Amino acid sequence: MKTKVLTANRLTDGISVWLGADGEWSVALKDAFLARHEDAVAAIEAAGKQALADNRVVDVNVIEIEETEHGPRPYRLRERIRAAGPTIDYVQAPASNVSHAA
Amino acid sequence: MYRYDEFDHAFVAARVDQFRDQVERRLTGEISEDAFKPLRLMNGVYLQLHAYMLRVAVPYGTLNARQMRKLAHIARVYDRGYGHFTTRQNIQYNWPKLSDMPAILNELAEVEMHAIQTSGNCIRNVTADHFAGAAADEVADPRPYAEILRQWSSVHPEFSFLPRKFKIAVTASERDRAAIQVHDIGLQLKKDDQGRLGFAVWIGGGQGRTPILAKKIRDFLPEADLLSFTTAIMRVYNLHGRRDNKYKARIKILVHETGVEQLSREIEAEWAHLKDGELKLPEADIAAINAYFAPPEFGSRAEGWGELAAWKKSDPGFADWVGRNVAPHRHPDYAMVTISLKPIGGIPGDATAEQMDAVARLAEEFGHDEIRVTHEQNLVLPHVALADLEPLYRALLADGLATANSGLITDIIACPGLDYCALANARSIPVAQEISNRFGDPARQAEIGDLKIKISGCINACGHHHVGHIGILGVEKKGAELYQISLGGSADENASIGQITGRGFEPDQITDAIETIVDTYLAERTGPEEAFIECYRRIGADPFKAALYNSEAAAA
Repeated sequence: MKTKVLTANRLTDGISVWLGADGEWSVALKDAFLARHEDAVAAIEAAGKQALADNRVVDVNVIEIEETEHGPRPYRLRERIRAAGPTIDYVQAPASNVSHAA
Repeated sequence: MYRYDEFDHAFVAARVDQFRDQVERRLTGEISEDAFKPLRLMNGVYLQLHAYMLRVAVPYGTLNARQMRKLAHIARVYDRGYGHFTTRQNIQYNWPKLSDMPAILNELAEVEMHAIQTSGNCIRNVTADHFAGAAADEVADPRPYAEILRQWSSVHPEFSFLPRKFKIAVTASERDRAAIQVHDIGLQLKKDDQGRLGFAVWIGGGQGRTPILAKKIRDFLPEADLLSFTTAIMRVYNLHGRRDNKYKARIKILVHETGVEQLSREIEAEWAHLKDGELKLPEADIAAINAYFAPPEFGSRAEGWGELAAWKKSDPGFADWVGRNVAPHRHPDYAMVTISLKPIGGIPGDATAEQMDAVARLAEEFGHDEIRVTHEQNLVLPHVALADLEPLYRALLADGLATANSGLITDIIACPGLDYCALANARSIPVAQEISNRFGDPARQAEIGDLKIKISGCINACGHHHVGHIGILGVEKKGAELYQISLGGSADENASIGQITGRGFEPDQITDAIETIVDTYLAERTGPEEAFIECYRRIGADPFKAALYNSEAAAA
C-alpha cells in the first residue's frame, strides 16, 4: 500500500498542518508520521477524528505520499502545494505576523 | 458615494457583534465545524488550501480613499501585506486568522464596509460598470440602482436561501463593461423615446460548468419597477430553481430547461401582483439615493489640453500609458484612468498594502476621492483632470502601478487557482505570469493590440475563461495539470462563449500554444485595425486549430 499521512488545517488560523509521530500537529510535512500499514492508517484516522472533535483542526484528510530521500512527497499536486505554499512569489509577511502555535 | 445612515451602521455593527460571538463559541468548542461553516460563509470567511480566506464586499466596485487605506491596513496588520482584487469587484485576503476575523470586520465597519453576502446562496455583491458616473457614453449613473438593489437584497429573508448564488450586474452604456450577459440578472439602464429612465432586463446568463448567455426578457422596464420586477424574477427562480443538484441550480439552467418565453410569462404573472405594491420605487426615494452619487464639482481645467500634448511629445512612456490606460470622461477637461494591477510577470489583481495606500493618496490628490475596482482586476481613478495626468503618472510609476497595458494581451484575468483555492484543479497565476513575460515587450503588445486572455483553474470559471478572446481552463488529468484553450469568447455587448480548440496543453506548452494563436492572428488579420476577436469572427477557428494541432499530426 501507499504510505499515508494525516493533514488538516488549524482551527484558529487555518494554517495547513500534518500530524507528527509525537501526536502534535506540525506546520511541516517532513514532521508527519508515516502510516505504512493499515493499523497505522486506522490510528491516524482516529487521531484526526479526535482532533476535529477537540476543535484543534478542521478539514481533516488522510493523503497518500511517496517516501523520498528529501522526505515525504504527496502524489497530488494539490497536496504538494498545500505543503510547500503557493508556487509564486507573493508578498512575504514579517515573521512575527505568522503564528506557529497549534 | 453612498454613506451609511444610522440604520446601516447599526445593522453592520450588529452583524459584527453576532459573528464575534459565533467565532468565540467556535474557538471554545461550543459549536461544531458543521454548525459553524454556514455562519462563517455568510460573513465571507472561506477555508482555502493554506489558510482562511476573507472576501470583503466592494459594492459596485466603488471605494473612497479612507476605505482603501483601511484595506491596506488590514492587509498589513492581519494578513501578509497584500490583497487580491477579484472579478466580482471585491477584495480577498489570503491569510487572515479566524481569531482575528471579528477585529477585521470591526475595522471594516468603521469605514462602512463588510463581508456580508460575499458567499452563500444569496444575492451577491451587485456589480457595475467601473466607469459609472464618469463615462461619456452612459445615459445616467447606474450605481444608485445598484445601491437600491444592495439595500433591498441585504439579508432579504425571502432570498437568503436560494437554490444557488445569484449575481446581478448593472451598466448604463450600450458598450457593456460590466459583462451583464453572463450574470443571473443583467440590467442595462437606458432611456426610452420620451427620455424616461428604465432598464433592458436580461436573465439566465452565467459561466461555470455550463456557460450560457443571458436572454433579454424586457426591452424597457421603467425605473420605478426595478424592485418589483426583480422580486418577481427571484420568486419564480426561488420556486422553480432546482435544489436537487447544485450543478443545475442556477437560474441559467431554469431558463434553459423551461424556455425563456414560458419563464417570462411566469415572471410577468408574478409581477402583476407586485407592480403596484410597496415595492414600486417612489421618485423621491430614487432621487434621494441619486443624491449620494452626485458627481464632484468638475472645475474648468482647460489648461490640461495643451499640457497633455506637450507631455506626450516629450515622454513616449507617458504617451503609451495615456494611449492605453486613459479614457475619455464626460467632462472634456477630465479623464478616467485605469491603474493596472497587471505588472509584467506579476500576479493579476494583487496589490500590496503600500500600493493600496498609494492609490488612496493619489485618489485624494488627483481623483476627487473616488476609486473603482474593475471586474478585470484593475483599479480606476474615474475623475482625473487632464492637467493632473502627468504628475499622477509619475507617482504611479514610483509604486509599480503605471503598466501601460489596459486591454492588451498582458492585461490577463486570472483566478487564484491551485496556488490558493481549495476548489482548483490547476494553477492559473503562473500561467498568467509566463504569458505576461513572453509578451511583455511594449512594442510587441502594441502590435498585437486589443486581446483579452482569461484564465480559470477549474470549471467554476472565476477567471471568466469562457468569455476570454483566448480562454484558458486548467484541469487535472492523470494527476497533472492540463490547460484547455477556447477561442472567440467575449463579455461585452457582443457577448459570446468561447469554443474549445481541441486537446489540452501541458504547463510547459501552454505559452507556446498561446504564441501560436497570436502568430496565426497576426498572419491572418487584414491589418492592425482588425482586432483579434474581429479576425476570429471573420475566419473562424480552423486556421487556429490547424496551427495548433496540424504540425504534430504531420509529425505523428
